[in-house]
Amino acid sequence: MYSPTMRLTDEERITLEGGRGDALRKAMESVARFGDVFGADRLVDLDHGVHLVTSFGIPLLGPVFDMMDELIAAGLRTPEPFTVDPRPCDFANVPVGPIEKLIFTKVMYAKQKDYEAQLREVGLKDGKAFTCACYFDEVGNIPKRGDALAWAESSAVVYANSVLGARSNRNSGVLELMCGIVGKAPRFGFLTDEGREATWIVELRTTALPEAQLLGSAIGMKVVEDVPYIRGLDRYLGTELDDRAKDYLKDMGAASASNGAVGLYHVDGLTPEAKDLGESLVRGGAKVYVIDDAEIGRVKAGYPMMWKDADARPSRCFIGCPHLSRAQLYGWLDRLEASLKASGRKRVAVPTVLTTAPDVAEAFRSDARAAARLEATGAALSSICPLMYMNNPLCGKKPVITNSNKLRTYTKARYYTDADILAIVTGGRS
Amino acid sequence: MKKTFKGRPVVPGAVRGEAVVSRQGFNILASMQRDLMGKKAEVRCSDQNNPDAFGRALSGRVLCLPRTIGSTTGGMVLQAAAALGKAPAALLFSEPIDSLAAGGVILAKVWNGRDIVTVDGLGDEFLAAASNGCAVSVSPDGEVTVETA
Repeated sequence: MYSPTMRLTDEERITLEGGRGDALRKAMESVARFGDVFGADRLVDLDHGVHLVTSFGIPLLGPVFDMMDELIAAGLRTPEPFTVDPRPCDFANVPVGPIEKLIFTKVMYAKQKDYEAQLREVGLKDGKAFTCACYFDEVGNIPKRGDALAWAESSAVVYANSVLGARSNRNSGVLELMCGIVGKAPRFGFLTDEGREATWIVELRTTALPEAQLLGSAIGMKVVEDVPYIRGLDRYLGTELDDRAKDYLKDMGAASASNGAVGLYHVDGLTPEAKDLGESLVRGGAKVYVIDDAEIGRVKAGYPMMWKDADARPSRCFIGCPHLSRAQLYGWLDRLEASLKASGRKRVAVPTVLTTAPDVAEAFRSDARAAARLEATGAALSSICPLMYMNNPLCGKKPVITNSNKLRTYTKARYYTDADILAIVTGGRS
Repeated sequence: MKKTFKGRPVVPGAVRGEAVVSRQGFNILASMQRDLMGKKAEVRCSDQNNPDAFGRALSGRVLCLPRTIGSTTGGMVLQAAAALGKAPAALLFSEPIDSLAAGGVILAKVWNGRDIVTVDGLGDEFLAAASNGCAVSVSPDGEVTVETA
């Protein structure tokens, strides 16, 4: 029997000793061992529902599916409904060739239907709960400031910690489900006050608001997994977390989490803890990283060219990794229309997919006029995960373009700024 | 020549095996997905961005690395590899273990009864001493011996 280093309550110890069944014992032991490795002093109750990172039924994870069966057989489920990352396929809105489809359905994600059934059994919110941006109002998995969480999706963790002021470590996939099942998370890292202190100061000295995806990339590559305190961004974003600020921080955070491993950042004068505590959040001896226009340019120029033919004509464009908010969706619609008009085209020149949460897509489609306008541009609306699409070896080697630095990092997709993407897909330039 | 290092046993155990050394962060998903998907008897590193380990057999070897990187699904992939008997026999970290790898080795132990012997905090000198193909021994107390030619 496992004897943990951390302090457990009598109730927790009974669970760990198997007093509530073997499956729950294993879940508790997983959580306790994980906490012990990172020096947790105790477990804390989760204040809010889980968000899972694993949304795909990839057969290689057979042992994980067996574990899910064990949980289900024991009648275990999360106390609160959970959300999960986006689905890997959407053939209606992101069509693929017959061989690509065969690889998706018979090889890569052959267990998708079975796995989704398992998710429902252990507490999935509903059939629309598949998004990386579960914190959108339309989706509703929105923790409050100070809530103890156990999330794993890196872009969601960094958003919850930084923008919402909730407290989640960057958990390994499945560990977040174990925490959800036992309703507890080990207290270490971002769940503690000291773990939320900044060890870097980022001085933003650009002459204009940088592209969120580039600023996040620069920060992630420099500080890697440390906590940065960002000065100078409130100059451009203001001091209120309005839709524009939240969308910017969502994209910046996702880039910092994937180009590095940032799980929490503070923005001077803007994010909740920085507004309350200011630079008292910065530890003595913090390192300083100055970001000016030249630094942003240097970072962007450093991205490797992964295409075999650098001049290849893009076969597809993904906009929305992480998923687009409703405001961003309408913003892209307006810009696509305006740019198409300027280039004298009626429809996009490159098959373009805007990705958003199923609940946001539903809300958007209920606006019949907006839906018709988008259809007229030729762009598609989907709730797919572009990253999982690109994991198909046939799709992944195609010349795909994106405005997502996360997608660029994990696949061979080529990154362009929003303005460049717009010019390319609307035929302004190739 | 032998060099000995001491780290923290995360999953204690005794192992002796052939080293595979990644001098950069090791991406579990990118390295193991291809051969696990292909149901190969042995997993070889398929991460083209990792020149140290690319193409080298990982199953049953002693993987020496600073830390793991990449998708937070990495831990599950490690668990799956262990359950199928295709994981490395040991993971030896020069740095403190990261949450992905920790999740993987813990899930493999608790849910599948498979121990991937794991030691962390061995230091930069350990990684400098280890090289691909050299013999590495691990003791349950976290002592690691690297045998160099």
